[in-house]
Amino acid sequence: MPASKLFTMFEAISRFVQNGSAVALGTAQETLIPFAAGHELIRQRKRDLTLIGTISDILFDQLIGGGCVRKVQAAWVGNVITGSSYNFRRAIENGNTEIEDHSNLTMSMSLRAAAMGVPFMPARTALGSDLFKSNARLKTITCPFTGDTLTAVAAIRPDVTIIHTQRADEQGNAHMWGNMGITREACLAGEYVIIIAEEIVPTDTIRSDPNRVVIPGFRVCAVVHAPWGGHPSPVPGCYNRDHQSFIDYRTASRTPESFADWKAFWIDNVKDRVDYLNRVGKNRMDRLKIKHHLRSAPADFGC
Amino acid sequence: MKSTITKQAEISDYTPLQLMVTAAAREIANKEIVFVGMRLPLLGFLLAKSTHAPDAIGVYELGIVRDTPAPGSILTMGDLPNLFCAQWLTDTADLMGLLQQGRVDVAFIGGAQVDRFGNLNTSYVGGTKKIKTRLPGSGGACDLASLAKRHIIIMTHEKRRFVPRVDYITSPGYGDGQGWRERVGLPRGGPCMVITNLGILRSDPGTREMVLTSIHPGVTVEEIVANTGWRLCMAPKITRTPIPDDTELAMLRRFDPQGYWTS
Repeated sequence: MPASKLFTMFEAISRFVQNGSAVALGTAQETLIPFAAGHELIRQRKRDLTLIGTISDILFDQLIGGGCVRKVQAAWVGNVITGSSYNFRRAIENGNTEIEDHSNLTMSMSLRAAAMGVPFMPARTALGSDLFKSNARLKTITCPFTGDTLTAVAAIRPDVTIIHTQRADEQGNAHMWGNMGITREACLAGEYVIIIAEEIVPTDTIRSDPNRVVIPGFRVCAVVHAPWGGHPSPVPGCYNRDHQSFIDYRTASRTPESFADWKAFWIDNVKDRVDYLNRVGKNRMDRLKIKHHLRSAPADFGC
Repeated sequence: MKSTITKQAEISDYTPLQLMVTAAAREIANKEIVFVGMRLPLLGFLLAKSTHAPDAIGVYELGIVRDTPAPGSILTMGDLPNLFCAQWLTDTADLMGLLQQGRVDVAFIGGAQVDRFGNLNTSYVGGTKKIKTRLPGSGGACDLASLAKRHIIIMTHEKRRFVPRVDYITSPGYGDGQGWRERVGLPRGGPCMVITNLGILRSDPGTREMVLTSIHPGVTVEEIVANTGWRLCMAPKITRTPIPDDTELAMLRRFDPQGYWTS
C-alpha cells in the first residue's frame, strides 16, 4: 500500500502552493468550490498567484481582495446570484491585476490541451469577438483538412489544481459526483493536484466504483480532510448552497473597508475549520443539510 | 359578471420582469434543445417546460442536462434541485461539443451593452485601453452566441446600454451587418431577437439590424426610441406584446416564490 498523502490544510497549502504559482480552483463552477482551501491561501498570505477557472465563484474575488493575485485567467468572475464582484472590478479597473479573457469553451480547451500533452486545441468559438484582443492565447488558424477558419487555444498547465470532493482515500483516489465542469481536464493538466474531501474513506469504498474516480491517486500530491470545506457552495450529497452568504458577501465586498471587516471575521481570525463552522452556526448548518436523500443503485463491477 | 372582472384584474397583475420571462419562454418550441443561461433564462426555460414545451431539453454550462423541471425553486443553475434526477451530469466540454456540432437550437444570454447588430458586451465598459467598468466577462455567453442555431438576448432597455457600437464584443452578434458571421468563420447562428423591459427587437433578415417589432403594454414607441442609442428602425407591423396568462403567472410564482428574479 503506498504511503498516506493525508495532510492538514495548513501543511498541504504551505508545501504545494508557492508565491507565484498558477492555481486552478472552483472547477465545478458553482458546486464543490474549495472555499476552505482558498481561505487558507489568504491566511498564509500567498502572493502573485495566477488564478485559473471558467465561471469562477466569489472565491476568486476573496483571493483578489486578500492580495494574493497577480493574474486571472478566467471566463467569468462574479457572484452568480448577485452579478458583479467588487474586489475583481477594483483590481482590474485600477490595473493592479492582469486578466486573460476566456470563454468557458476556450478555458476548457486550454486545460484539455495540457491534459492531452499538445500545445493547443482547435475550437469554433469566439471568431469575430474581442476575446482575441485581451487573450494572447487565442489565434485564428486555417484547418489543414477543410480550410475552415478555427480558433487555436493554447494550453494552460496549472502548477496546482485544488478540487473539493465528497470522498477520497488516504492515497488520493477521489470520488466526485454532480456536474463536473472542467474538473477532469484541470486535474489531468495540473502539475500538483490537491484533493479536499468531505470524508476520508477506506480504499475498498473507492475501488467499489472506479468509474466515479475523478483522478487516480498516483496523480495526487495531497489529500485534506475538511468536512463542510465547500461552504457556502453546494456539495451534492452533503449540503445545499447557502444563498444568504452570497448575498451578505455582495454587500460586504462593496468597499475595501467593509471587505476588510468581512475578511477579519471569516478568514483572518478563524483558528481552524471548527472555529469557522461555529461562526456559521449549527442552526444554519442544519438548514443547509440534504433532507431528501436519493442514493444511486449500485453497479456490479464483479468478474 | 363580478367574477370576470376579478379574473381580469388578476390576469393583468404581472411585473415587467414576468412579462420578459414569459416572452422568452414563448420563443422555445417543444422538443428544442435549449442552452439555458444564468438568471432570467433559468425561469424562462422552466416556464416553457411546464407549459407549451414539455419535451424541451435544458442544457446548462456547468455540465447539467435536464428533461424535467427542477423539483424545487432554484436561484442559480448549480443549486442542488437542478442536479436532482438530471438526465445527465457531465463535463462542461461535452456540452460545448453539442454546441460546436450544431445540436443546440436556441440559447439565452443577458448583457450589459448591446448594439444595433446584436453584438454583446459583458466584459469592459469603455473598452480594454481605458476601462470604465469591468464586468464579469463571457462565461459561456461567447460560446452560445458563436455556436447555437439562434440566440436570444434579454436585457434592460436604457440608452447607455443600447449603443451604436459596443465597446468590446464579448459575444458576437452580426458584427457590422449582413455577411459578417460568414466572413469571420462562425459556422451558423446569430441573435434573432432582443427582449427588453419595454419591447422586443428582432434581427432584420436583410440588413441584420435589430428593429422594433413589439411594444409591451403601457409603453410608447417614443419611450423606446428615447432609450435606444441608435436610430431605431421600425418593423412594417408593430405588435403589442401579449401579457402572461394566469397559468404562466402561476408557474412563475411557483418557480420564483420569493420573487428574487421577477419582483
